[in-house]
Amino acid sequence: MADLEAFRAETRAWLEANCPPEMRQPVQDESDVYWGGRRATFKNDAQKAWFEACRDKGYTVPAWPKEYGGAGLSPAEAKVLREEMARISARPPLSSFGIWMLGPALLHFGTEGQKKHFLNQIARGEIRWCQGYSEPGSGSDLVSLQTFGEDKGDHWIVNGQKIWTSYADKADWIFCLVRTDKANKYQGITFMLYDMETPGVTTKPILLISGNSPFCETFFDDVKVPKSYGEDIPAQVGEVNRGWDVAKYLLGHEREMISGADGGARTSAIGAAMKRSAGELDPLLRAELAMFDVDALAYACMGEKFLDEIKVGKAHPAQPNMMKYAGTELNKRRHELFMAAGGSTALEWDSEETRGGARAREWLRTKANSIEGGTSEVMLGVVAKRILELPGA
Amino acid sequence: MPLYHTEDQAMLAETAAQFMGEEGAIGKQLRHWRDRGCKDGFGHDLWKQMAEMGFTGLLVPEADGGLGMGHVEAGIVLEEIGRNLTPSPFLTSSVMAASALAHASAEGKGRWLPGLIAGDSVFAVAIDEGAKHRPERIATRAEKSGNGFRLTGKKDFVVHGASADMIVVAARTAGADDDEDGVTLFAVPKDAAGLGHNSVRLVDSSMASHVTLDGVELDGDAVIGEVDGGRTVLNKVLDAGRVGAAAEGIGVARGSMDMTVDYLKQRKQFGKLIGEFQALQHRAAHLYSEVEIARAATIKAQQLLDAGSEQASLMASVAKAKVGKAAGLAVKEGVQMHGGIGMTDEYDIGLYMKRDRALAEFMGDVYYHADRVARLSGY
Repeated sequence: MADLEAFRAETRAWLEANCPPEMRQPVQDESDVYWGGRRATFKNDAQKAWFEACRDKGYTVPAWPKEYGGAGLSPAEAKVLREEMARISARPPLSSFGIWMLGPALLHFGTEGQKKHFLNQIARGEIRWCQGYSEPGSGSDLVSLQTFGEDKGDHWIVNGQKIWTSYADKADWIFCLVRTDKANKYQGITFMLYDMETPGVTTKPILLISGNSPFCETFFDDVKVPKSYGEDIPAQVGEVNRGWDVAKYLLGHEREMISGADGGARTSAIGAAMKRSAGELDPLLRAELAMFDVDALAYACMGEKFLDEIKVGKAHPAQPNMMKYAGTELNKRRHELFMAAGGSTALEWDSEETRGGARAREWLRTKANSIEGGTSEVMLGVVAKRILELPGA
Repeated sequence: MPLYHTEDQAMLAETAAQFMGEEGAIGKQLRHWRDRGCKDGFGHDLWKQMAEMGFTGLLVPEADGGLGMGHVEAGIVLEEIGRNLTPSPFLTSSVMAASALAHASAEGKGRWLPGLIAGDSVFAVAIDEGAKHRPERIATRAEKSGNGFRLTGKKDFVVHGASADMIVVAARTAGADDDEDGVTLFAVPKDAAGLGHNSVRLVDSSMASHVTLDGVELDGDAVIGEVDGGRTVLNKVLDAGRVGAAAEGIGVARGSMDMTVDYLKQRKQFGKLIGEFQALQHRAAHLYSEVEIARAATIKAQQLLDAGSEQASLMASVAKAKVGKAAGLAVKEGVQMHGGIGMTDEYDIGLYMKRDRALAEFMGDVYYHADRVARLSGY
């Protein structure tokens, strides 16, 4: 405990010295977040300085081992760092699917060579990754995917189409689910890594109801994927044809992330803030805000309990599905209330005062929360079958 | 503190689950006493057994002869009481009255606590005045009289009031009905002259009184805590009651949900187990998620209360409101998913619905507590 207090003091001092004041404010829009990659640019010097300080300290991925670019912090130390960063509202130094999704998969399933090679690149923000999961015919029923990789000895020839590939147009590499055995539904998928600049890869953004296009369609036309990138660096994660295990593992992470299980700002009470911004509240709106706050504060407790239980292995393996379901439904309600309290101001689409209609765009964006990473209906199905053990239909 | 039970607490939960599952079971207690029209609505033998288990004095400090445990532990016992719909004066006596008596004089403690710990005494708490919980308003008067007080007024929804050896009464010694200050708590013994009961059976077969205080004369040592400054103690009693009722409500919700999920795995219609139907699976999974979230809020509130945190009172209302929503859903879905059999008296699921209704009202309903969350949050 004393060590942890010393670590806290040390961390506080380090943040004081290294986190520029401009980086101690909540993220307002996408340009406030640094995503790394070959084509990345910094919004300003403060963003660059903050990223580089964290990168050199291993704080882009604090809990990863030092030899893979992390700081090797224990879970307790990582929690202290999170708390201290939250205390000064420090922005994340680097956001990436490499950190959230591919990293955990490599840590769990990767070869030593893959870990040294790819994890260090991720930690240093050198390669921006995208995720190739869904296909036009395979959304929630992901295992029905059809993108096919034909075995050509020392390489694969990949053909097919992915959809909802977030930021594929900005990504350098893709981690992609590819069918490599047509006869076997679950044990015929391989989890492959390859460069988006490989000939035959094209992407096209999809315009959404929010007016933004974070998602893309991605096409693979005779894409030649080598089987190896060097000694002990195979192109696939896990075994060939066993990519579904990796995908399932990653979906768990994605659901935790989308559910905001960290008890973060998405699950906090909003009534008091609404009153400050909207003034006197209609009695029925006040009542709805109060009911929402009850649910949000209770959900925050669930988030805390869930994380505590995960640490000691007490949480049911399907619990992230429940958290994802409840958290995303709550977040949608939250934004409905923001819109209701905001009145006509919240409708403005391009005014400067609303930062380009940020509230309305975010409201529309949250409608995807209960679709992406598995729909609410799929989550409920998993809870029914795996936790309540109801009979399979 | 992590939001799950420590090893000791998990052991207590196992003990409580076994005891309530056997001794406190629905057939052995609730139905037994109900079918006999029992005037207490609970069995004194079970209360005595609960004393032998150490449950009765669980919240009483060791220095006063109790176990000196906290609201987490009391909640563990209450959850099992809820799950088995066990009628007992545990919540009113061992949680609420015990929380009040922690602020009593040495004489007051000496007079009341041994009986509680031994399972010989039963206590009630008289706060509400009217059909809805509104503890901000106390109209019952206590006027100075000699070296004591003279109480006049009317109290409602005094659970176990007629069976109680002592009732903790919140009365006004100064100020107007809606004033924060000027409230005093009294320990009113059952045989006090002028104390009257109109005892009625409630929908869940429990007994509650409309209590009349018609010039009830009390000595000065009947005062619990400070004269005129009783609001602080009253708030502690209320928070203990809210969090305790939430814990019992979680037990009711889980008991009802378990029964329902079991039924979904057994009942066949259209040649299929009804649990195979997606419409029911999704509703069951939604219910599970609501009950789990409510349970997390309840454990958090218990821990904050035990830690003496400033956040405890807000979280007590969050827990009571959230459990009100979740348990209400659990019993309604329970009856609906059971279909026709769910409407029969023979089947237990309806008993869960009745108990939930009474608990939902006890110490403030969803609306009262959601409103309180808003007020405490500044809107």
